[in-house]
Amino acid sequence: MDQTLLYAPAVAEIWLVCAICVLLLIEVFAGERRRGLTATLTLVALAVGAALLVRYGQVRERTLLFDGTYLADELGVVLKLAAFLLVAVALLYSRAYLEHRNIQRGEYYVLALTALLGICVLVSANSLVTVYLGVELLALSVYAMVAFDRDSGVSAESAMKYFVLGAIASGTLLYGMSLIYGLTGSLDLGTIAARLHPPLSGGVVLGLTFIVVAVAFKLGAVPFHMWLPDVYEGAPTSVTLFIGTAPKIAYFALALRLLAQGLAGTEAQWTQMLAALAVLTLVVGNVVALVQTNLKRMLAYSTIANVGFIVLGFVAGTPDGYAAALYYTFAYVLVSLGSFGVILLAGAKGFEADQLDDYKGLHSRDPLLAAAMMVLMFSTAGVPPFIGFWAKLRIFQVLWETHHLWLVVLAAAMSVVGAYYYLRVIKLMYFDEPVGAQPAALREAGVRFALGVNAAAVLALGLLPGPLLDLCARVIH
Amino acid sequence: MHALLSWLIWLPIGAGILVLALGDRNIVIGRWLALAASLATLGLAVPLWAHFDTTTPLLQYPQHLPWIPRFQAFYALGVDGISMPLIVLTAFMTVPVVIAAWRVIATRVAQYYAAFLIMEGLMIGVFAASDALLFYFFWEAMLIPMFLIIGIWGGPRRVYATIKFFLYTFLGSVFMLAALIYMYVKAGSYSIASFQALPLSLSEQRWIFAAFMLAFAVKVPMWPVHTWLPDAHVEAPTGGSVILAAIMLKMGGYGFLRFSLPITPDASRELDLLVIALSLIAVIYIGYVALVQQDMKKLIAYSSISHMGFVTLGAFVMYEIVRSTGSLQGAGMGVDGAMVQMVSHGLVSGALFLCVGVLYDRLHSRQIADYGGVVNTMPMFAAFMVLFALANCGLPGTSGFVGEFLVIIASFRASFWYSALAAVTLILGAAYTLWLVKRVVFGPVLSPRVAALEDLNGRELIVLGALAVAVLVIGVWPAPLLKVMQPTVHHLLSQAVATKL
Repeated sequence: MDQTLLYAPAVAEIWLVCAICVLLLIEVFAGERRRGLTATLTLVALAVGAALLVRYGQVRERTLLFDGTYLADELGVVLKLAAFLLVAVALLYSRAYLEHRNIQRGEYYVLALTALLGICVLVSANSLVTVYLGVELLALSVYAMVAFDRDSGVSAESAMKYFVLGAIASGTLLYGMSLIYGLTGSLDLGTIAARLHPPLSGGVVLGLTFIVVAVAFKLGAVPFHMWLPDVYEGAPTSVTLFIGTAPKIAYFALALRLLAQGLAGTEAQWTQMLAALAVLTLVVGNVVALVQTNLKRMLAYSTIANVGFIVLGFVAGTPDGYAAALYYTFAYVLVSLGSFGVILLAGAKGFEADQLDDYKGLHSRDPLLAAAMMVLMFSTAGVPPFIGFWAKLRIFQVLWETHHLWLVVLAAAMSVVGAYYYLRVIKLMYFDEPVGAQPAALREAGVRFALGVNAAAVLALGLLPGPLLDLCARVIH
Repeated sequence: MHALLSWLIWLPIGAGILVLALGDRNIVIGRWLALAASLATLGLAVPLWAHFDTTTPLLQYPQHLPWIPRFQAFYALGVDGISMPLIVLTAFMTVPVVIAAWRVIATRVAQYYAAFLIMEGLMIGVFAASDALLFYFFWEAMLIPMFLIIGIWGGPRRVYATIKFFLYTFLGSVFMLAALIYMYVKAGSYSIASFQALPLSLSEQRWIFAAFMLAFAVKVPMWPVHTWLPDAHVEAPTGGSVILAAIMLKMGGYGFLRFSLPITPDASRELDLLVIALSLIAVIYIGYVALVQQDMKKLIAYSSISHMGFVTLGAFVMYEIVRSTGSLQGAGMGVDGAMVQMVSHGLVSGALFLCVGVLYDRLHSRQIADYGGVVNTMPMFAAFMVLFALANCGLPGTSGFVGEFLVIIASFRASFWYSALAAVTLILGAAYTLWLVKRVVFGPVLSPRVAALEDLNGRELIVLGALAVAVLVIGVWPAPLLKVMQPTVHHLLSQAVATKL
């Protein structure tokens, strides 16, 4: 076999590294005069990367590369494609916002690409070192993005919080990994899985606990969620949009690769830990979201509540459960992408549309944004005919299959609590009259079209959920 | 493969989307389009009834298409004698709603029509679905247009009312969903028939029955989970109240007949007294509550709850009949009565809400005290109002009589006391309805605003006239309706008294 084709499954990462280097150079030489150039080139790079991935990155079966540290499989391809798409759309939504705040700089796009590289590495990780590499690459890029608006005190503060807490989580992850490595003698996830069998020693359980804590932190599960509302609220909205979408895919992969695959032998332990986390997450996320007045913060707590559902999929501990969690993740990021997109588009120069009251009477000012937001809110509330309904249904189903009666009841009750604050957003947009004169929302035809497509996808995937459900199940099994 | 039911579902939805796309600028076209679509849907309902085979309890006009292969969920439609009349009722009641809104709705008109048309399709979908997942899909999706209708075009406290409405129904529904998924996991399919055939232990049945009860009791609504209804009715625009009373409440009754009785027969037998007790409380206590209302819409709303008590009583009294007489003789009458009561109440309560709407459009008040002597200025209106009021008290010759009479006879077989208590409604219903009529319609003209009232215009006359004809036809000649239901009711009885243990 040709030596170059040997690395074909890693084409996405290789391309990203090249693109990042080239873009950094272009930014240096193009400078201030051609601000939009990097943005356009980034989108081109993403499109090319996705095309390369589809053309050369496909694998027929699980393939190990780079001495077994890198795993290429169908799941990886699907997750990476989704991440490419999410990053591209997120950057598209953000463009005008960045210009209005004078933070339209090349580094922003380069950081987004390095974060994406981190996501890709994490998705394909087959060794503890690769996992850690991916986690850190992603996290460090995102810390910098949160602080990107350097004149904003709030952004700097939330970046600091994020960084300090994130560093603790990374430390926890490393510590857990070191224990597992010490007790199994391997960094390779496959070997670890082969060597860990019940009965487990106390050391393994201790290491596992640290790893679960780190995963919970990254996902934003209670009680390791403290960073999430502050970061969501404090970061520039375009960055919140970024954090709320593609990295969720990566953290799903983190949980899957580490817990479900690498530490499969300790499933009995970590499903119990996750069950406790899920209960707390569902309750705290939904109840605290009820009293928020800032939409970004409310969506942050809604994220926490949704993470609770994703964790429930893992609690089931079956391939079906992971497929349900994957489907839920897709449904969630699609909605998250749209709802933060609405916040971006509803704003204007010097006006951040992040208070709930800013949405009063949005329907009469901007019917398209209001309609899109309504679709997205009903979807997260879990009302058919939108995709969010099927995501919840799938989670309920796997919980029944694994006989978790009380988790079903709790999750059902919490979806009703959650429905209230989603309905409140719709109430503000549709039932209330607009107050005062607000700056007109941004009118960017292309971006608005993308948002319309985003909302339409939420509806279309809700009417015909079959193909995506099948895809999720196929790549997991 | 019949596509008739699909047409009934998707024609109004498609028309609704079209009206929405036309927007308020083309509202003249939009309005006629909405009327045409609702009439076309009603037109499609005619062959549905005409070609209905009244000799078999099997599902008719079946359509079976793959939908979600992974869940063994199908786009499966089909109607029997229980669902078919309710579909016809839905198609029938949407037309007056569209006509009644002709000049009355002034803001966001296109959205108003679109919401009602889309809701019509979704409601027909609920009755037509023979796959539980599809049923739930329509059942929940229906909440969205109703939520918007009350919230956008409602009265002063509309936000409170609509959120209460949504959360109450949503709470009931999610537990039903949990129960449906549980049965899916056991049966491996979402078809309602497979649920009905699924063997379930008594404790499973109890839990499932409780989940269904939560969903359907909220929808009916039964005491004590009825409190959302008066709020929703009072705040909803006229069309919203009509659809809410005429169709949405029927979904609870339909759910009991389609899901609770055949799927959990043993739990139903065990817990029938609970349902009967709650029904009788609704009939009597809510009847008293209706008596003291000052607001016309609230009064009719409470009267709806009281009348819907007959539906649940009629559905569950069969177990008491078997228990006390040892035979199924006459048990069918209870279910027959429940069904006729649902259809009749759909027409009568819808008509009464339209009457209130007629008055409200002129005086912008729903308070009984603001009226009096309306007959002097609006004689034609008064005639209709009195007719519908009499139907509401169950006067022989009107549709209201047939359902209540059948249920009372059936409960007499079970126990004298059930029928005695149920019959209290004949007094209470007459009291609150006729007192309402006396205070609003008759008496001297007290207020100058009433003296300035104009009688019905052509539009209102057509709407109320059509409803009056329907009420009288079913009252005088209910046989066709009973005949359509008969095989299905028989089949339902055999399912409901059989044991799954």
